[in-house]
Amino acid sequence: MTLSLLHQILDYSNRSNPYPLYEELRKTPVYREDGGPYVVSTYYEIRSLFHDPRISSDTRNRTGSAADPLGGDSHEEAALPPSFLKLDPPEHDRLRRMTNRPFGPPHSPHRVDGMRPELREIITGLIDGISDPSRFDLVEEVSYPFPVTVICRLLGVPREDEARFHVWADTLAASLDPDPDADSADRGKVANEARMQLGMYLAGLIEERRKNPGDDMLSQLATAKGEDGPMTTMELLSTAALLLIAGHETTVNLITNGMLTLLRHPDVLKRLRREPGLAVPLVEELLRYEPPVQLVPQRTTLAEIEIRGVTIPKGSPVWLVLAAGNRDPQRFKDPDRFDPDRPDVQHLGLGSGIHSCFGAPLARLETQFALSELARRLEKPRLIEDPPPYRQNAVLRGPRQLHIACDGIRP
Amino acid sequence: MGGDGTLDRLKRKGRIVVVGASLAGLRAAETLRDKGFAGSLTLVGDEPYEPYDRPPLSKGVLLGKASADRTALPRLRNVDAKWRLGVAATGLDMGARRVRLADGDEVPYDRLLIATGVRARPWPHEGEGALDGVIVLRTRDDSAALSRMLAAGPRRVLVIGAGFTGSEIASACRERGHHVTVAERAAAPLVGALGGVVGAVAAELQREHGVDLRTGVMVTALDGDAAGRVRSAQLSDGSSVRADVVIVSLGATRNTEWLYGSGLGAGPRGIACDAGCRAFDIRGIVTDDIYAAGDVARCPHPLFGYQFLTLEHWGNAVAQAEIAAHNMLSESVDRVPHMEVPSFWSSQFGINIKSVGVPSMGTEILITQGSLESRRFVGVYGYQGRVIGAVGFDSARWLPFYQEQIEAAAPFPPEFSTVDRRTDGQRPVDADFPDPSVPTHGPTVTLSGYAPDDRRMTFVPAH
Repeated sequence: MTLSLLHQILDYSNRSNPYPLYEELRKTPVYREDGGPYVVSTYYEIRSLFHDPRISSDTRNRTGSAADPLGGDSHEEAALPPSFLKLDPPEHDRLRRMTNRPFGPPHSPHRVDGMRPELREIITGLIDGISDPSRFDLVEEVSYPFPVTVICRLLGVPREDEARFHVWADTLAASLDPDPDADSADRGKVANEARMQLGMYLAGLIEERRKNPGDDMLSQLATAKGEDGPMTTMELLSTAALLLIAGHETTVNLITNGMLTLLRHPDVLKRLRREPGLAVPLVEELLRYEPPVQLVPQRTTLAEIEIRGVTIPKGSPVWLVLAAGNRDPQRFKDPDRFDPDRPDVQHLGLGSGIHSCFGAPLARLETQFALSELARRLEKPRLIEDPPPYRQNAVLRGPRQLHIACDGIRP
Repeated sequence: MGGDGTLDRLKRKGRIVVVGASLAGLRAAETLRDKGFAGSLTLVGDEPYEPYDRPPLSKGVLLGKASADRTALPRLRNVDAKWRLGVAATGLDMGARRVRLADGDEVPYDRLLIATGVRARPWPHEGEGALDGVIVLRTRDDSAALSRMLAAGPRRVLVIGAGFTGSEIASACRERGHHVTVAERAAAPLVGALGGVVGAVAAELQREHGVDLRTGVMVTALDGDAAGRVRSAQLSDGSSVRADVVIVSLGATRNTEWLYGSGLGAGPRGIACDAGCRAFDIRGIVTDDIYAAGDVARCPHPLFGYQFLTLEHWGNAVAQAEIAAHNMLSESVDRVPHMEVPSFWSSQFGINIKSVGVPSMGTEILITQGSLESRRFVGVYGYQGRVIGAVGFDSARWLPFYQEQIEAAAPFPPEFSTVDRRTDGQRPVDADFPDPSVPTHGPTVTLSGYAPDDRRMTFVPAH
């Protein structure tokens, strides 16, 4: 039996290159399989729905039991109240505004920019530490530890605890990456255990920060005195878990996808070595060409919505396939070409509207640093395996490993 | 024209003159070069400065976060133009295709773009307006002068007129810690642009931020001391306000006087042009060699009953400049119309205000998201059963949706539910715009009727 289009997209064997399937999907801009979600794949329709107040991010607004090919919301924060990612205004606005206070303008315009020296130091250390330049896994040695270390420093996890923290984070990350061969009940138990330990650890840290606040985000969130007052401990735990998981699960793929794309486009890699400033437009094109979040699966209609001649009933799940919209030929000329000089690259890679990526300025800066330093320091890098093995996850898509060989590491 | 080579000759060695060297003029010049115009290009500007950005002048500059002389507009490309800065255009000879300049020079053109914009309406009593401490805010020099006055530590600042500019100035002055009085003829700030329902929120905001807001009053006179410094203002309710800085913020006057008598359809409401930015002459016949863009242009808009619309909006200046430049260099079948939905933003008292469409055409308003009380909301304006405009307070990210509703002439009141619908959003109410025959101080969209030679508008100053 041939698999339906949606199942082909979710099928692991298509993970390394889902783009021909997305092209097929775009032929029906609002696509639906029996009883499944309404899948939107064209640029203008996705952008329009991102700004549509008839769309909720709170899955509690779903009616009936529409089959979810992703298997529903099994993981994440089950024991905690929903984070602002899964809330609507006004709760979303309040929590996001409070979280932004110690992170970005107008109250903290220098937070991300001020991390530049630290980012440079961390990435330099990781590249210095590459064990065997003739064969190494970029994910393990650079793309994973880099954003994880950064998010720990940002949140204010003490350095001596970073190792413990990484273990919990690894376990949670693995639980988001279902392995069909593993015993899922067993894995669920392990993940729950990790989540509980992480929660208890964070709760202790928050308590400690309330007494002795530092200039990290957790301290500032725990002691906030803005117009909205402080967050409750439960809200703070949800928010910290959100930042932590988002900090782990997205930037790692962006960096790995970036290096993979550069190794497949040696001319661009060579250019980046000569002109590090190219990293800025290059990362934007990368967010279009290989976005780390391929689709947004958790929106629900609050009213009947008509779009491209299709009427989506109230209470229906809607998927927005960013990665397909990013290659919509009606919006981008020659969409399957990776072109860092593209003049008008308003991609959907970081979303749009009120839920647009909270950590975007940090993710951009990290990836710019990582790719320009890798381009500068790796001598004659090449791919050992193409395509590389991918993670199971179809939503947060990226290589599980990226084995690279190079002739040496430049100072 | 047609394929007789005229257009090609124009592109290779024609002469294009742009009068007005601000946002619209600069973007038009850049677009002309982008489209391959290789002939001679002259930019005429009455200010001595290279094109600069105006929005910061009433915001960051007054707060000391930016300096008035550091607001130059970023250049998108080299325009290779002859710059005639610090020289105003004083006349137009349509027959001979020449622009007269204040220094006596005449500049010949094959195509002319007029982007002379607006100037701040001065205090109507000339002697009072000349008092030390009385100022308008439109230009870089105005902003620098006002910054100096504020730096001197005035005991009280009086802002006359609570349109967008006046309100932004009041906000900046409060943020700097000055005592501020705002005098507004209408019942609340911003009513000309957004109506009384939203204006009431703006009034609360001002008062909460410590502004001494006086509404429903006019300033009838300004008094000076023996040294010619402003000392106080007399109000129509019989009270007076002591102030040593007075900012006159009574809206804008279009810079069209230099065109009177030229035969072009230009008047106090701007220069009438078609949807492709080609100017009409006074007989109502469209010219093919004169274009207008930016604050000075009034164009018919299909979404708003084809009424001529004048828009004092940043984005409008850019869009019209690009369209005028494109059309100048195109055969008639390749020309494009200006159809952008108006949009506008302001920041004041910690709130980002953004509007789309033409709220001032609306008769009713419905708060579809959030609440007036929380100062975080979207208000949708209805006109004859359709959505005609929307405004967001700290809700800008939702406005693209409402723009689509306006473009689609979606029914009003909208019947669908949205996120964050509250009790305010249960039924529409009267939007409470003032009687249109009474001029307000600062609408940023002016609906100005249908006739290209319409010159009836007069502004009766408060006396």
